[in-house]
Amino acid sequence: MAATSIKNLKEFSTSNDRFEGAHTLCPGCAHSMIVRELMNCTDDNLVIAANTGCLEVSTAVYPFTSWDTSWIHIGFENAATAASGAEAMYKARKRKGSLKDNDAPVKFVAFGGDGSTYDIGFQWLSGAVERGHDFTYICLDNENYANTGGQRSSATPIGATTTTAQAGSHSYGKKEKKKDMIAIMAAHGAPYVAQLAPNKWKSMAKGFQKALETEGPCFINTVSACCTEWRFDPKDTINITDLATDSLIFPIYEIIDGHELNILYRPKNVIKVEDYLAAQGRYKHLFKPENKHIIELIQKDVDNKWNMLQRREEARI
Amino acid sequence: MAEKYDLQEREVWDGNFAASQALRQAQVDVVAAYPITPSTPIVENYGSYVANGYIDGEFVMVESEHAAMSGCVGASAAGGRVATATSSQGFALMTEVLYQASGMRLPIVLAVVNRSLASPLNVRGDHSDMYLGRDSGWIQLDCFNAQEAYDLTLCTFKIGENHDVRLPVMVHQDGFITSHTAQNVYPLRDEVAYGFVGEFKPVDDMLDFSRPVTYGAQTEEDWHFEHKARQHKALMDSRSIIDDVFVQFKEISGREYKRVESYMMEDAEVAIVALGTTVETCIIAARELRKEEGVKAGVVAPRCFRPFPFDKIRDALGNVKAIACLDRSSPGGAMGALFNEVSAAIYTTDARPLVTNFIYGLGGRDFSIAEAKRIFKEQKAHVDAGKITTDIQQFSGLRGPHLGFFQTKRS
Repeated sequence: MAATSIKNLKEFSTSNDRFEGAHTLCPGCAHSMIVRELMNCTDDNLVIAANTGCLEVSTAVYPFTSWDTSWIHIGFENAATAASGAEAMYKARKRKGSLKDNDAPVKFVAFGGDGSTYDIGFQWLSGAVERGHDFTYICLDNENYANTGGQRSSATPIGATTTTAQAGSHSYGKKEKKKDMIAIMAAHGAPYVAQLAPNKWKSMAKGFQKALETEGPCFINTVSACCTEWRFDPKDTINITDLATDSLIFPIYEIIDGHELNILYRPKNVIKVEDYLAAQGRYKHLFKPENKHIIELIQKDVDNKWNMLQRREEARI
Repeated sequence: MAEKYDLQEREVWDGNFAASQALRQAQVDVVAAYPITPSTPIVENYGSYVANGYIDGEFVMVESEHAAMSGCVGASAAGGRVATATSSQGFALMTEVLYQASGMRLPIVLAVVNRSLASPLNVRGDHSDMYLGRDSGWIQLDCFNAQEAYDLTLCTFKIGENHDVRLPVMVHQDGFITSHTAQNVYPLRDEVAYGFVGEFKPVDDMLDFSRPVTYGAQTEEDWHFEHKARQHKALMDSRSIIDDVFVQFKEISGREYKRVESYMMEDAEVAIVALGTTVETCIIAARELRKEEGVKAGVVAPRCFRPFPFDKIRDALGNVKAIACLDRSSPGGAMGALFNEVSAAIYTTDARPLVTNFIYGLGGRDFSIAEAKRIFKEQKAHVDAGKITTDIQQFSGLRGPHLGFFQTKRS
């Protein structure tokens, strides 16, 4: 392939632009940054499948489309399967020589939000990865059902308030911890699994390229800060993402072949999760005295997870 | 290139095997499937043809029927020939994606081996899954035996893939009675069958990157209505193409199909309208009754359930005095679907035949020749009395006390 040069951000941001700027995502939404980065990091032909969600409803409203490449949306849950089917057809047609250009490399990518990835499309994703299709699944993880107005998903962290897990006089918000999709997908034996963030654009582009180049099913969870539901100023998307990666609430790492773990970003100065939480409206209630213990719990979990990741990296298991 | 498969002039196949042979001869590129009784052998056989080189395609064994149809949608949009098979609960699980497939105008072929819907769980044949699909925007063809399962499966590709149609097609056969009963089947030679179906010619091919396509866009009140109207028009316009394909099929096979099949209707006074294997049972009953008691009985069967052959049904039934519409699906608090649709068609004529509805055969309850005769004779009694003398809707073949609803207000 045709990995695009990623030396220079300005150049990179305008290379081979197949995702049009005209879309209706919220100002400040990180989805478009992540999608554009994926599409700019390769010159190969792309077949993109999308689950129902913010990205889908904002980029393909008839008679318009933001996609200057092949794109398909079926339902909320089945982008991974749409990509599977297209990839199977590609193999069949390539063998028969019935493609328009039989030699041009083609990559298959599926996008889903955390609701469609962690919840409703979990089975479809698991099945597609188990079957070993050559595709990359990218979760745009904004930790809630943002398209329907901010309901809890199984990616919503403990303590966040959502419309269906509300903070109130008798509640500190969501009671359950976030599902660890990276571990789950690594346990499938996927050859490449990673968590990446758009503020670390170089490692994100490299991770995307690695996934596209790896034969077989790859899974990437991307941190997609949601100004609307996390409640911060749209201009602060990357600042919030910096807080997320520097507090290690979103550690950046990859797992190769289900076991080889590499940490891709080590903050020079690790900040407290409190600083990350305090920057967002969805955690405001945690700073009341009766909820402080939840902040402590989150910090403890983050520390434990970071220790675990470092130990795994060191032990090469 | 696919290996050669030896066929006799006459084979002994069940309906499942017959359908799978049609998939092989059509050289389907991708089958994404999930097993369910009684349709499982269709996709198993496809898998074995791939494994043994008789098909140069991809067999994708997915984790649910919803995923099976989702995979078919992705594969079809990627510009090749696609088919799968299912029954019952699997069909129900697929339903969301059936609508999406037809809305995207993808010519997928779905072999449906009709089976009842739970609860209670039941693996036997009735038409509740077929009826569940009737508003899904698919063409639905109905087979009465294994030969037809073979013939019509070949026809489905040629109908759905026609560029003036571009719609998915279901081909129905009755669970077990057709799917698992070995019968004589006369197959076409491979080259004749493939010549008939033809090469797949993609439209809006996702793998043609010189012309990017967006599948599955959103439309709201500004455009959704226009899209659905065009989809309905495409279904209605497919009628003449279905007729053409049946004519072409007769030319290569000698076997004739029509969107509405009529048997002994030339002079019929009473008729049964039915689907599936019941049609053959009713034909035998009509023939015997004509001999035994001189009852002028006939049978009408919609070969094409969708688009519903409203005018052809009307023409076929225009001269009879009493009609029994047999629905093999629990009607869920209404009259049976066949009764409603046949009555509506007949109502637009001057003829006012007496129309009644029988719910029968649910969950694979046997439907006998004797039962068909009893229904014919009951229609004759209505004719002699000049009015419907029973409940308009009756359950036939049910154990326990009689169950029926509604009386006529005509005198």
